[in-house]
Amino acid sequence: MPRIVRRERLVPNIHLIEVEAPEIARKARPGQFVIVMPDARGERIPLTIADWDRERGTVTAVFMVVGTTTRKLALLEPGEAVPIFAGPLGRPSKIERAGTVLCAGGCFGIAAIHPLVRAFKEAGNRVLVLVDVKADYLLYWRERFEALADELVISSRDGLTGGTDFVPRHVRDILGRETVDRVVAVGCTYFMSSVAEATRPAGVKTTVSLNPIMVDGTGMCGACRVTVDGEARFACVDGPDFDGHKIDWAELYARRKSFFDDEIKSLCAWEEERFP
Amino acid sequence: MSGPDRDELSPSLAAEVLAEFEKDWRKELRRAIPVKERMKIGRRPMPQRAPGERGRDFEEVNLGLSAEEAVAEAKRCLDCARPGCVAGCPVRIDIPTFVKLVEKGEFAAAAAKVREANSLPAVCGRVCPQETQCEERCNLRRGSGVAVGIGNLERFVSDHERQRGAGGRPILPPPTGHKVAVVGAGPAGMTVAGELARSGHRVTIFEALHEAGGVLVYGIPEFRLPKAILVAEVDTLKRLGVEFRMNFIVGLTATIEDLQAEGYEAFFIGSGAGLPNFMKIPGENLVGVYSANEYLTRVNLMRAYDFPRYDTPVFPGRRAAVIGGGNVAMDSVRIAKRLGAEQALIIYRRSRAEMPARIEEIHHAEEEGIEFHFLTVPTRYVGDAHGRVKAMECQRMELGEPDASGRRRPVPVPGSEFTAEVDLVVVAIGQSPNPLIPQTTPGLKVGQWGTIDVDGATMATSLPGVYAGGDIVRGGATVILAMGDARTAAAAIDERLRSKPAAGS
Repeated sequence: MPRIVRRERLVPNIHLIEVEAPEIARKARPGQFVIVMPDARGERIPLTIADWDRERGTVTAVFMVVGTTTRKLALLEPGEAVPIFAGPLGRPSKIERAGTVLCAGGCFGIAAIHPLVRAFKEAGNRVLVLVDVKADYLLYWRERFEALADELVISSRDGLTGGTDFVPRHVRDILGRETVDRVVAVGCTYFMSSVAEATRPAGVKTTVSLNPIMVDGTGMCGACRVTVDGEARFACVDGPDFDGHKIDWAELYARRKSFFDDEIKSLCAWEEERFP
Repeated sequence: MSGPDRDELSPSLAAEVLAEFEKDWRKELRRAIPVKERMKIGRRPMPQRAPGERGRDFEEVNLGLSAEEAVAEAKRCLDCARPGCVAGCPVRIDIPTFVKLVEKGEFAAAAAKVREANSLPAVCGRVCPQETQCEERCNLRRGSGVAVGIGNLERFVSDHERQRGAGGRPILPPPTGHKVAVVGAGPAGMTVAGELARSGHRVTIFEALHEAGGVLVYGIPEFRLPKAILVAEVDTLKRLGVEFRMNFIVGLTATIEDLQAEGYEAFFIGSGAGLPNFMKIPGENLVGVYSANEYLTRVNLMRAYDFPRYDTPVFPGRRAAVIGGGNVAMDSVRIAKRLGAEQALIIYRRSRAEMPARIEEIHHAEEEGIEFHFLTVPTRYVGDAHGRVKAMECQRMELGEPDASGRRRPVPVPGSEFTAEVDLVVVAIGQSPNPLIPQTTPGLKVGQWGTIDVDGATMATSLPGVYAGGDIVRGGATVILAMGDARTAAAAIDERLRSKPAAGS
């Protein structure tokens, strides 16, 4: 079973796991994800690959603690094993020389855009990075982006670092002051739809990396289906990247919340078992 | 593709079956009870749990024959000089020989006989559609109308073998030094692995999920195929030296080319029909509308029926509608009932006669209170303010001219639309081949529907050394047909490997 090499709390509620997975490390490309199950009675969830190290044979994923699975993952210690860490899944993001690229990441998605920023930079683009956090103290990997990006814009909702505006204002500002050829956004559904709506008027090609509910992650179950341009697509094998302007966001919101009550029930049951 | 499923026996196999038929013990047994007496014995019914008792849990429905019942059933077999049953079996079990061994009370020998041709007898004894295969061709059925319960006997001997703990390290031929990669630990992959390991090859099975079994573990529910049986079959393969690499997605974790570079000389692709079909009607993405694959995977593989002890949830549903008429639809609807649905409906576009499900499954579903609505199709699902399904609009159908499959095509009846309240829908209208391997394997020839093209005589694909079988080739068939393909492929792979020196030697 794959072993945890490192587990770190980046900021409150957002954790990093680095897992020994040499085959996945060898194959991983920006935009791909892994399916993780924290223990034998756990649920399979998708996590975007945030980094990999081919020499060490490790893969890194960053997640926010929201339910039972992520609670369990956040309690793992180095040396412990996870029964499932499978991938790399999904089609890699299309990395091209587009000119100026805006990479927008929110929350756990800040880590997920990291390989994209690196790849777009390597492909010869001017790369702007927009990171969105709920509050100043939730910002992580600032140095990484400062080192990689041509410009880093921080959007924080507590007004200490980047003003009180939410994501759309920042996106509009950037689009207003320079020509942006491509936008990629990774984060929660709300964040990605906000970015996509902000770029829609200017018609800038905007790719979002969807993270709907999945079970197997290989096309087998269809839980992750999303409507893109009026057609049902599977995020796991057709995506996870899609054109943000063509997604039925309302449907995606509803599907993400399919098990809202059960998620709470599951977490309560686990807490009672774990902390009697 | 043309599999060996319906053809006559090869001359060599026919000769083997005949040689067994002519053995002295068989002659004695035939003499012991005259045919007329044998024909008077009634078929032993499969003992099963009462519908009321079983309808709320996931324990197995069928209980299996006792030893006495099995011997009595075996006595019904007329031991024909020209048995039809063997040719009706996709993996060509020497059925008369194993049945007569049961009659003699030599259950272990009977199990061994079955195993010569079938690596998963406890599975096939439970899930095979015998009534359209071996039992359909049984001469007793032609004579008296009721075939020998071959499937029930297969189940009996394999259960007997497992309960006796026939384990231990099997005697294997010296290793050949050849390495074979099998993609997918489903019925086809497990069969190929077993056959090739018995021939002395080093076999590794690469499986995308975390449990072996493929459709047997994610698709078929516990009440029809207990997981303990699969675990025993996996253990048998491990004792044969088969290595399992779980959570390994061939095509993504490593491609066929990568594995070739690692020294694998032959490949068998048994990746299955893992891509669910939808009807592409409005509302199909509402919350509460599942593909059968998702519904079954949540419940069977992820054990959602034991939520919240297991973390994966599934929506139980109060009024559940399952769309389709096959075995997958029957499994889904019986699960919905077990999870507490007050009403569980089958919505099928043709009539009862055209239903592809096994008769036994339909019968069990009826006993458990499933409602069948024939000649009906959904045309639209209606959601509530939260995007959750609350109703479905349907249309009545009538049967018109036969279509390409020979079944009469359903055509809509004008003005017959109606709306039914539902809060759970499971779409069980079939699957397409999973695209991951075709997409990531350059040069692999794929047919119109995404199935891998093979030569039916050897199951060889367009790539040298790469074979395929089961649903990835057929598009959606049965466990036993997949195993038949696997047997054909294993023989061809063995021949290919033997004709060349072992790697590194």
